[in-house]
Amino acid sequence: MSSQDIPEENLPAEQGTAHGAAGHGGTAVAQRVDEDPFHDPGLPAHKPRIQDIDERAAQRSERTVALFFTLSMLSTVAFIACFVAFPVDKLVYIWPFGRVSALNFSLGWTLGGALFFIGAGAVHWARTLMSDEEVADERHPIEASPEVKAKVLADFAAGNEESGFGRRKLIRNTMFGAMALVPLTGVVLLRDLGPLPERKLRVTLWAKGKQLINMNTHEPLRPEDITVGSLVFAMPEGLKDDSHDFQKEIGKAALMIVRIRPDDIKDKRELEWSHEGIVAFSKICTHVGCPISLYEQQTHHVLCPCHQSTFDLSDGARVIFGPAGHPLPQLRIGVNAEGNLEALGDFDEPVGASFWERG
Amino acid sequence: MSTATETKRPERKAPAGERVADWADGRLGIYSLAKANMRKIFPDHWSFMLGEICLYSFVIIILTGVYLTLFFTPSMNEIVYHGSYVPMQGVRMSEAYASTLEISFDVRGGLLIRQIHHWAALIFVAAMMVHMMRVFFTGAFRKPREVNWLFGFLLLFLGMFTGFTGYSLPDDLLSGTGVRFMQGAILAVPVVGTYISMFLFGGEFPGHDFVSRFYSIHILLLPGIMLGLLVGHLILVVYHKHTQYAGPGRTEKNVVGMPLLPVYMAKAGGFFFLVFGIIAVVSAVATLNPIWALGPYRVDQVSTGAQPDWYMGFAEGLIRVMPGWEINAWGHTLALGVLIPLIAFPLVLGAIGVYPFIESWVTGDKREHHILDRPRNAPTRTAFGVAWLTAYFIMLIGGGNDIVATHFNLSINAITWFVRIFFFAGPVIAFIVTKRICLGLQRRDRDKVLHGRESGIIKRLPHGEFVEVHEPLSQGELYRLTAHEQYKPIEIGPTVDKNGVERKVSLVKKTQAKLSQSFYGEGNQIPKPTAEEYKEITSGHGHH
Amino acid sequence: MKKLSARRRHPLAAVVVLLLALAATGGLYAAFAPADKAQAEETSQSLAIEEGKKLYTVGCASCHGTGGEGTTDGPSLVGVGSASVDFQVGTGRMPAQQPGAQVPKKKVIYSQAEIDQLAAYVASLGAGPITPTEDQYSPKGADVAKGGDLFRTNCAQCHNFTGKGGALTDGKYAPTLEGVSNKHLYEAMQTGPQNMPSFPDGVMPEKEKKEIIAYVETMNDPDKASSPGGLTLGGLGPVSEGLFAWIFGLGALIATAVWVAAHTAKAKKS
Repeated sequence: MSSQDIPEENLPAEQGTAHGAAGHGGTAVAQRVDEDPFHDPGLPAHKPRIQDIDERAAQRSERTVALFFTLSMLSTVAFIACFVAFPVDKLVYIWPFGRVSALNFSLGWTLGGALFFIGAGAVHWARTLMSDEEVADERHPIEASPEVKAKVLADFAAGNEESGFGRRKLIRNTMFGAMALVPLTGVVLLRDLGPLPERKLRVTLWAKGKQLINMNTHEPLRPEDITVGSLVFAMPEGLKDDSHDFQKEIGKAALMIVRIRPDDIKDKRELEWSHEGIVAFSKICTHVGCPISLYEQQTHHVLCPCHQSTFDLSDGARVIFGPAGHPLPQLRIGVNAEGNLEALGDFDEPVGASFWERG
Repeated sequence: MSTATETKRPERKAPAGERVADWADGRLGIYSLAKANMRKIFPDHWSFMLGEICLYSFVIIILTGVYLTLFFTPSMNEIVYHGSYVPMQGVRMSEAYASTLEISFDVRGGLLIRQIHHWAALIFVAAMMVHMMRVFFTGAFRKPREVNWLFGFLLLFLGMFTGFTGYSLPDDLLSGTGVRFMQGAILAVPVVGTYISMFLFGGEFPGHDFVSRFYSIHILLLPGIMLGLLVGHLILVVYHKHTQYAGPGRTEKNVVGMPLLPVYMAKAGGFFFLVFGIIAVVSAVATLNPIWALGPYRVDQVSTGAQPDWYMGFAEGLIRVMPGWEINAWGHTLALGVLIPLIAFPLVLGAIGVYPFIESWVTGDKREHHILDRPRNAPTRTAFGVAWLTAYFIMLIGGGNDIVATHFNLSINAITWFVRIFFFAGPVIAFIVTKRICLGLQRRDRDKVLHGRESGIIKRLPHGEFVEVHEPLSQGELYRLTAHEQYKPIEIGPTVDKNGVERKVSLVKKTQAKLSQSFYGEGNQIPKPTAEEYKEITSGHGHH
Repeated sequence: MKKLSARRRHPLAAVVVLLLALAATGGLYAAFAPADKAQAEETSQSLAIEEGKKLYTVGCASCHGTGGEGTTDGPSLVGVGSASVDFQVGTGRMPAQQPGAQVPKKKVIYSQAEIDQLAAYVASLGAGPITPTEDQYSPKGADVAKGGDLFRTNCAQCHNFTGKGGALTDGKYAPTLEGVSNKHLYEAMQTGPQNMPSFPDGVMPEKEKKEIIAYVETMNDPDKASSPGGLTLGGLGPVSEGLFAWIFGLGALIATAVWVAAHTAKAKKS
């Protein structure tokens, strides 16, 4: 949109006051002073400070500034002294901060002092001793004058003409093509940042016959250990927490195990996939993957601490509140010959956050 | 005397400093540079120093950040901790976390520098917000400063991500949860989500790469871009010369204040030390991100109260209060519950970022503006700004809904519903209320100009009436209160000309005129007093 | 007074009036807010003379039924064991004052002897977790670091990293673990009070409970807990840190900026 499109009256009105233009028509102000009650009286006369007229006051200021700089020097010395004096692990009780590191506390204050007093000195110096007379500086328009603009445009046209850039279209087009393609080399180079997704997000370590290992004791879980109202977390047999892939695998396989009275389980499949009311749900929230485990044993609700998605464990882990889009996946479990809990297969859907290919 | 000795003699006499300056001038042309800038005028106002707080905290962050790189190990190799912090001895953790523990407990002063770095980062983004609000509400973004507004906006945006990547580096349980969220959000991106996630994390989450990758983004890529923008931002500030508030002697053609040398050299230079000193003291008295209490990151562990740093709080709010919408069709999943907040995040920020361009289109004003508006004199802009802040603040509540719940004995579900409703209703209410307040203040200014200041002195007139004595304003005050410009709304005019032929008016123009009406039309600003009105009233008798 | 009225148009007048009004409202609220403390003490005195089942009949039967079989107002106590009673009554949660999302911790109104008598009575209704002895819950010699790991797996999701508590659904919450005795910590894990899940010995053996107690004690016991970096700001994480950065950090910086930019006082007469 060019300026011609704008109706004149839209711009700030040169209303009766003739004042709207005060800023732009500076020279006109003087003649209009009589008629304009709102004219700019101009910069007020400079009034001196005490320091400007009383040399003793100025000397007091000088001493204050010097005191500030001296305090800074003392703080620096104190900083070094504290650094040397306090052992790094020394704790001291200081009200109201509690038992704090003596070193951190003292270094912070002395460093703060060393810096603050330099600033305070400089500012006090500027405020009380340097001239505080306000002066006006002219502004100049940012835009170039029409002559300059014409010259630049002419130069540009000449350059363009000499290069033949506008005329020789073949050169221009192939150059654009080359420039557009060359960044692709960089994009291709990023390929080895990581592997392709493939089926990685769909499979976990769980498989038929894998025992549920208690995350606390690292022993296989037995049904009788799990009482109504208890909560325990499990990982698949064979996963060691010092293994290279532990984080990656537990991030998919982590289980949350609770026991609900079979009568209280509303979802038919959930009951079927449980072992006498012992249900195993993925601990990974289906929203964005936080480990969800704020289990309320009376309501059977489980809440995610990150974004408050709430699932009802007695009803197929249905979402009852919050931003999660689908229920927590359930792992089908049973009991093996030794009487330990075991998985009867992998999850039948991907665990964790939704993704495009999840389906 | 030969000419050679003549030219040599004054050189020998010149003091050392001048000789160095001469040397530099011969190579760098510093005298011309100094001529233009040494006595550059800066206006004095505290709100003009907010930008300096940003600049200085950025410098502090860089200084302390360089120190931290000397000790930090950006590696996710797992080790068993045997350092001096007892409650972690024997725990498996990444080297990144272990080295952060070492900085906190074994490097003398390391904890202080870490805390300065992090406090300065929180303050940096907070100061950028406040600085941006100052620029916004005073209209300092108007021509010729739109580009600088964009630079500043980009700095805020990048600052948030630089902060987020830095927050993730110690690989503690809190930051790891944040990174996990980020990965989940990436997965929600249609079509390419899983690929981006695999490439960013070098495989499945968490992999063994993200700390080192975030490290180079945090210490090199983002700060590098920010430094460039910052330099550009500063050059433009100097080149445009600073804006100033209206007042006697201050016009669009000048800038009134104190010279760089010596006053601002001392004030601005001193202020750097003040800022650094205060942040150092804050770091001495208050801990933040005590990663030793949070524990190392484990994908299957979590703590309640898992929040990002404050500047990501509104994004967290968007995520928390979004209903869990999800579409499953044709074998694909569209996780709207994550995707919509992900899109809303830049849109909410962008709303304030593009406002200056909308305003300049609505006014059609092509002139330079160096005198700042008082917020009340631009009621629509001010109301928009307050509405935006309201939405932002309500989302911050949403982002901290669990903490709000426990500390005000409220239900988390109730807070979430409150945020869901008031994210939309709040800004509307705030807009209307703010606009009314602005117009009320404009009326008060008008009355003040026409009738003088209410002095609080009650006078009884001979016939028994009580009146309050009004003191006339000084000339400077009269000027200050009437210095603002008032736009007239754009009129499209009749759509049918006098011959009955329909005149085509594009939709764009109609929208522009509509907006212009709502900005500057009747009832959307109070006409400032005219000279005639003033004369009529003051030529009568004094008090009323 | 004249001086005061002359200043009533002062720009700061509104602020002063607002502050006065706020102070007055706060004062009135404090004066009239219900004082439930006195009530509780009264009940305590009236109950202190009763014993065993008598105690139960008077204090508990109205909600839990005369034989502990439970009513619509309170769950059955058959099989909850003495540990439950010791926890619920020993932390003042029981007897409950009013229905709500959750029964809060209150002032304890029974003496330990009375609690023991109540516990013995409830334990006789059906077998359940037994009040632990000191060598069961004493954290002496337990591995703090292991406890921290267990805490983050089992407890932190509700009680926060260091046990400062957190929100649950619909106004329920996980309380802070500050000031909770080691015995009560142990009993809570053993019995799972209210909505807290239990961690019976089968899934979390005694040794691990001790380790968790050791960790909680290290992080919360006023004599042991330390915060090397300074104020913990409630241990709540980024929310309180952000508030602190805004109010005290940026607040102090802006106050300084006001000083730096302010005009120096002028001499009265030039």
